[in-house]
Amino acid sequence: MTELLTQGLGEVTRWELPDLQYRYLLPLFVLFGMAVVSVLVEAFVPRAARRTVQLFLVFGTLIAAFILVAGLSGIRSLAGGGSIAVDGPALFLQGTILVLAIMAALLIAERDADPAGDAFAARANALPGSEDEREFTRRGWLTTEVWPLFLFSVTGMLIFVSGTDLLILFVGLEVMSLPLYLMAGIARRRRLLSQEAAMKYFLLGAFSSGFFIYGAAMLYGFAGTVDLGGISDAITNQAGPNGLLLAGVVLLSVGLLFKVAAVPFHQWAPDVYQGSPTPITSFMASCVKVAAFGALLRIMYVALGGLRWDWVPAFWIIAILTMLVGTVLALTQTDIKRMLAYSSIAHAGFLLIAVIATSEAGLAAAMFYLLAYGVSTIGAFGVVTLVRDSTGEATHLSSWAGLGKRSPWVAGTFAVFLLSFAGIPLTGGFIGKFAVFEAGYASGAGWLIVVAVILSATAAFFYGRVIVIMFFTDPQEDGPTVVVPSAFTAIAIASGLAMTVVLGVFPQPFLDLAEKASIFVR
Amino acid sequence: MQSFSWLTSIILVPLVGAVVLMLLPAAKTELAKRLALFFSAVPLLMVIAMALQFDADSTAEFQFVESYSWIPTFGISYQVGVDGISLILIALSVILVPLVILAAWNDADDAIGSVKGYFALFLVLETFMIGVFAATDVFLFYVFFEAMLIPVYFLIGRYGGPGRQYAAVKFLIYSLVGGLLMLVALIGLYVASANELGEGTFDFTTLTNLNMDPGTQKLLFLGFFIAFAIKAPLFPFHTWLPDAASASTPGTAVLLVGVLDKVGTFGMLKLCLPIFPAASAFYAPVIIALSVIGIVYGALLAVGQTDLKRLIAYTSISHFGFIGLGIFAMTTQAQSGSTLYMLTHGFSTGALFLIVGFLMTRRGSSLVKDYGGVYRVAPVLAGLFLIAGLSSLALPGMASFISEFLVLVGSFEKYTVAAVIATTGIVFAALYILLMYQRTMTGPVIDSCKKLPDIRGREAVAVIPMLVLLVAIGFYPKPVLDVINPAVDRVMVQVGATDPPPTVQPASESNAEGSEATGEGGAGQ
Repeated sequence: MTELLTQGLGEVTRWELPDLQYRYLLPLFVLFGMAVVSVLVEAFVPRAARRTVQLFLVFGTLIAAFILVAGLSGIRSLAGGGSIAVDGPALFLQGTILVLAIMAALLIAERDADPAGDAFAARANALPGSEDEREFTRRGWLTTEVWPLFLFSVTGMLIFVSGTDLLILFVGLEVMSLPLYLMAGIARRRRLLSQEAAMKYFLLGAFSSGFFIYGAAMLYGFAGTVDLGGISDAITNQAGPNGLLLAGVVLLSVGLLFKVAAVPFHQWAPDVYQGSPTPITSFMASCVKVAAFGALLRIMYVALGGLRWDWVPAFWIIAILTMLVGTVLALTQTDIKRMLAYSSIAHAGFLLIAVIATSEAGLAAAMFYLLAYGVSTIGAFGVVTLVRDSTGEATHLSSWAGLGKRSPWVAGTFAVFLLSFAGIPLTGGFIGKFAVFEAGYASGAGWLIVVAVILSATAAFFYGRVIVIMFFTDPQEDGPTVVVPSAFTAIAIASGLAMTVVLGVFPQPFLDLAEKASIFVR
Repeated sequence: MQSFSWLTSIILVPLVGAVVLMLLPAAKTELAKRLALFFSAVPLLMVIAMALQFDADSTAEFQFVESYSWIPTFGISYQVGVDGISLILIALSVILVPLVILAAWNDADDAIGSVKGYFALFLVLETFMIGVFAATDVFLFYVFFEAMLIPVYFLIGRYGGPGRQYAAVKFLIYSLVGGLLMLVALIGLYVASANELGEGTFDFTTLTNLNMDPGTQKLLFLGFFIAFAIKAPLFPFHTWLPDAASASTPGTAVLLVGVLDKVGTFGMLKLCLPIFPAASAFYAPVIIALSVIGIVYGALLAVGQTDLKRLIAYTSISHFGFIGLGIFAMTTQAQSGSTLYMLTHGFSTGALFLIVGFLMTRRGSSLVKDYGGVYRVAPVLAGLFLIAGLSSLALPGMASFISEFLVLVGSFEKYTVAAVIATTGIVFAALYILLMYQRTMTGPVIDSCKKLPDIRGREAVAVIPMLVLLVAIGFYPKPVLDVINPAVDRVMVQVGATDPPPTVQPASESNAEGSEATGEGGAGQ
């Protein structure tokens, strides 16, 4: 132990300023810097102008970051002193996250769907149902603080998919998660549910962070480094089983599986998805999934690839459980948001097959799947924000009866998203499933694919049920109405629809991109 | 190969029609119907024009081939082409759709969904049906195969009668389970081809030349076969069909039973056999047993039905047993018979469903007990019903007789016992058809049927072409068999099966003429 300590101290004395390679880190700096500016906007810009300023700032930043990420394409390098990867998977996933974030931001920016304002409480600190709350609502105040939170969270996601050492990954994880806990709790309607969701998300999220950092510590104890490549080398050179390694892998996996909502670490997802403001739910369901899978894939492929035969059996079980529980519980749901939550759990199970594949094809498949799943998810939650009655969003399934008759276009769009989730050909979801199953099969997981396929068919039952409710039943007398949104939501849903169809009919450019981007740098 | 993209155009025309229909204002129902008829008539004319250029004796496996790379990452291409078998089934689809649209003219007037939506769904379905028969890339086939579910699901669920939701969901789940199992097999096939060729492919012709080991073949075969057996539907995967057929509108039922289910038998014949020859030979006895059970079981249940639409659905299960028997008997005659059977069954069952539909629009019921003595009040309707029924029971002189006879003769050579048991299906067929006719059409006119009007112009135009075709093919099947036989011969080569040596030496006729002479000889009896 003392020896280890002196070794560490010795390194510290020889420490030099690393070459950060700012050019490669520019997207992160832009996002982070603008998030800080966004905070300042909250402090100094008058209330009336805040929203406008924030919108320009946020969309400008996201688009600029996307252009910067796209400009880095083709580069395979380490930056930031070797702790940030600029490689295919990182850039592809960062691009995906930014596209999805722009779509989610469009939903967050919507102000016409709810007659009282946007989706967020007028003042988050006013007690639900209090006189204060009514007063703030009457004055038309808005919680524009959601924007800096949003930007910080996106920054964290970008770090999370590109970090190559466990500490940077942890920083990314926290920067991503902390703002989300807050954003989950500031819904304008059903505020208690929203606050409960935030509390649950925070507590379970804190646990998962704890697992993650504990696992990181164990792995450091085993390998003497937090660098993913270094851990991989240590695994290659080790002789015989090692308790620290084992504990580290388990704890780290648990932390990550929490974030992707894999069974048995999924319990937070339905409550949080249901309680959070729907635009935030769409952001969580798409972007967080992408970021968490990005990190999971990197850690499993780069650091623990050598240990594949030890963790794959456990992941088989988790994948099957995740698909099974997600699907079966989705069958019993009566709330559309909860149903989508369980469906997202099931999708995490399908994605785990790509993790299990541990091949380039698996990585490419997972990245494509995440993109296809993400655009459909945001679109679907976008539609959910439109179906309203006097108390807010009408999320009970029964109130969606006959929607196809009253608003055929909206219902039709939602049906396309559902079909994509179900994996029907000519939608992005199908190509994604095909790619993942193909990679899984090629890596010898044939029977896992059979299980996955049977559960896909089961899943089609509850997606189909929503279609039955929307199209095959008569509308209720006092059913909800479909509000006409502003251009924000309309663009988000329309682009989700367009992407879902394009990814299903002409997937080749995106598959090419994913395929070219499917090598981790280390 | 040729300058004009026949197949792609034929596939696209109905789809364009569907889009046009959806863009119409909802109130213009009459215009929507006419446009639907127009957009379904154009493919019919185009298929006729294409068929005239079709060279049955061509050495090329497929004609009118078009091939474009689609998703090269997975070796997928958009590749279409026809041989004799697929041409016949494409013809069946394009003939049935306009007739169904004509017959279903007023079906959707009171439905939850819009009228234009109903006809647009028919057109979308037509696109997918033609596509599935024309695809020569197995992945493209799968895409069309699965995509077909969606219009049918909506046709049953939105426009059907009582029990439509249940039937629609049951249909969807059954089909999806089959389809997804096929997806696994498809992926397996891709991986197998990648292992053997270095690069995966879905090209049909390449896949037939693979040397897969029998173990892999047996597993992958099952994936495809179960999907097709559910679609066909073969006993014991059949339970969705009576529900779906009885809950849907007659028009939907015609396309469902008449064309869609043929995709299953088509897939067995054109995909399972050529791609998995060893597995096909291995499973053939089991499948033949199931087919024979289906023949008898379907027929027995048909006798006991009290609902006309369910009755016809069960007769179809019996008939699909014949088709399955013919395909897996693996003789030229039996397979030619099966292919012809797919065509004739489409027409005879189509006509039966449509006439039952006409009865239902008049009387509002599909129960046998609600009809009696109809032939006195509506003689033409009853007469057409009888002709369609006789075709269904394979009366000599009708096309279905030739197909059924070929199947039985062809399978008798190899599977004598199976053929003998299957023959009882003919007896049962006479029983269920004639009983149905007797109970509904003959006897004293029951009160509720006293004012039943006879068939009208539009309805007659929808049904009579089918019956005319049945009689015409029944008397002169040569042109159809000439188209089918070379394609079936090719399947026989691909599967490596040979006909058993004839016990009686034929005089000097070639094989194809011999089988057709049998058919005609039988028809003349």
